[in-house]
Amino acid sequence: MNVFSFSKTTLKNLFSAPATRPYPQQPRQYPERTRGHVEIDIEHCVFCGLCSRKCPADAIRVDRAAGTWSIERFGCIQCSYCVDSCPKKCLSMKQTYTAPAPEKSVDTYQKKPAAPAKEPEAAPKGENEHA
Amino acid sequence: MSTRSIVPFGPQHPVLPEPIHLDLVLEDEKVVEAVPSIGFVHRGLEKLVEKRDFNDYVYIAERICGICSFMHGMGYCEAAEHIMNVEVPERAKYLRTIWCEMSRIHSHLLWLGLLADAFGFESLFMQSWRLREKILDMFEYSTGGRVIFSVNKIGGQRRDMPDDMIRDFLSIFDGMEQELKTMAATFLEDYAVNTRLRGVGFLTEQQAHDLGAVGPFMRASGIALDTRKKGYAAYPNIEFEPITSTVGDCYARTDVRIHEIFQSIDIIRQAAAKIPQGEVAVPVKGFPNGEYMMRVEQPRGEAVYYLKANGTRFLDRVRVRTPTFANLPGMLETLKGCQLADVPILILTIDPCISCTER
Amino acid sequence: MKDGQILSIGPGDLVPNALQIKHDGYRLVQICATRTKTGYDLIYSFAKEYTLVHFRLDIPENMEIMSISNIFEPAFLYENEIVDLFGVKINLISIDYKGQLYRIQKKTPFK
Repeated sequence: MNVFSFSKTTLKNLFSAPATRPYPQQPRQYPERTRGHVEIDIEHCVFCGLCSRKCPADAIRVDRAAGTWSIERFGCIQCSYCVDSCPKKCLSMKQTYTAPAPEKSVDTYQKKPAAPAKEPEAAPKGENEHA
Repeated sequence: MSTRSIVPFGPQHPVLPEPIHLDLVLEDEKVVEAVPSIGFVHRGLEKLVEKRDFNDYVYIAERICGICSFMHGMGYCEAAEHIMNVEVPERAKYLRTIWCEMSRIHSHLLWLGLLADAFGFESLFMQSWRLREKILDMFEYSTGGRVIFSVNKIGGQRRDMPDDMIRDFLSIFDGMEQELKTMAATFLEDYAVNTRLRGVGFLTEQQAHDLGAVGPFMRASGIALDTRKKGYAAYPNIEFEPITSTVGDCYARTDVRIHEIFQSIDIIRQAAAKIPQGEVAVPVKGFPNGEYMMRVEQPRGEAVYYLKANGTRFLDRVRVRTPTFANLPGMLETLKGCQLADVPILILTIDPCISCTER
Repeated sequence: MKDGQILSIGPGDLVPNALQIKHDGYRLVQICATRTKTGYDLIYSFAKEYTLVHFRLDIPENMEIMSISNIFEPAFLYENEIVDLFGVKINLISIDYKGQLYRIQKKTPFK
């Protein structure tokens, strides 16, 4: 048994760089494999609905008639099961996480038959970024 | 005879990260009896299996607990694979072993931090969690998640680790081992820490056996049982011996867990040296039919998975006997006769995981 | 008994069998209930070192069975859990919570 067994670590800590990162000034670099949020390339989606059937959290809704694909961002558990099972490979996992928000929201993506431009249309509380 | 009083302990208590309630019967400062009640975080995850495809349930099984999430998913998958007679590729087995041992290091470091916090050594707590952060980063690099990994599936793993990633991890572990040695010296030799841990909360070998204790809690009382020896994943090809102590007090439990961290690093080195090339998953067709009882050694002890399938998409029953549930009777025994001030440390030394217990 | 063996027993044989296996040096690992069409399927698991053996008990819905918590002390938690979540009727549990082990809002047992 000894008494000052921690003092070496304490002294070392006093003169070494901090183990933490000044968060808002220095944003986090995510590794390549991080599962942050699901992104859809809506123009290639065929609305087969496989992703919504596979989703363990029931967060994805696919409406074939209206041509919409919607996801509850705060219901999604980022398991990436939908990404693996998508037959057209139009789903992908992006590294950034969904930003915190005061209310739960649903992001809806609409496929336009003529115009190829993607038009995200957030449903109840609009300002949820998904880029 | 002194008067008896009942002190409620929990579900909200500074030392408890999760809710459990104990009614402590006290004679002056001495605990005579403790009666637990649970259920504050019961989520009905076992019941949910009746409404979920058995493949989807892997992601629910992982969410039984945030610390041993990998092993919960793996235990469920291995049980299902046994029922369906699926032979997992060798590489997947080694990957499971590596991730299992990383989970064990992560869990034990978390526990060491909580223990240091419980006896009021804040800077030691920070040091343990600083080391744990490296493991979490490694998890994020290899699986994409820091706590919930979602890499298990029935038939193998969903992701592979490239060889250079494994090499990078090994060099991180080399550095970590040195830092761990410094930290372990404080836990095991420091005077202040020793006075809090030594001679508190004895559990004899006979009691540990009779009360069904598992994991480091049992091994600290001198029973050399480790379910990894039963051989699942790649453990049959790995050389290791269960770490035990014969003392059976809080110090012995700390000692056992610290040495298990070093053992886990050694197991990862062995697995990294032996890992073969090849596929990481095989396709699984059909539905399971039958039942199986799978035993997995989690950081906290042995977990038992019971799966009963009826040949359809939905299983009849999934039952998880978690280590904390088995350790509760042992914990109640150690509480008898201890001082009220030692109760938080005693509860912590079984490494309680209440979300596991209640599922 | 061999590792992994499941022995089907009748409700009356539970206590004698438990006494016998206790005498052989086994300890209780878990008790698990499964709802079947006509009642419950109870599995009692015991372990001695790495050997795991099971007793299986098929009982109809309203049958009352005896507790083994006076033979194996940790059984009281498992039995209370089964009483609470499944509604199996178990008599003479050493610490009987009367279906109150899980402190949850919803009414148990879940049918």
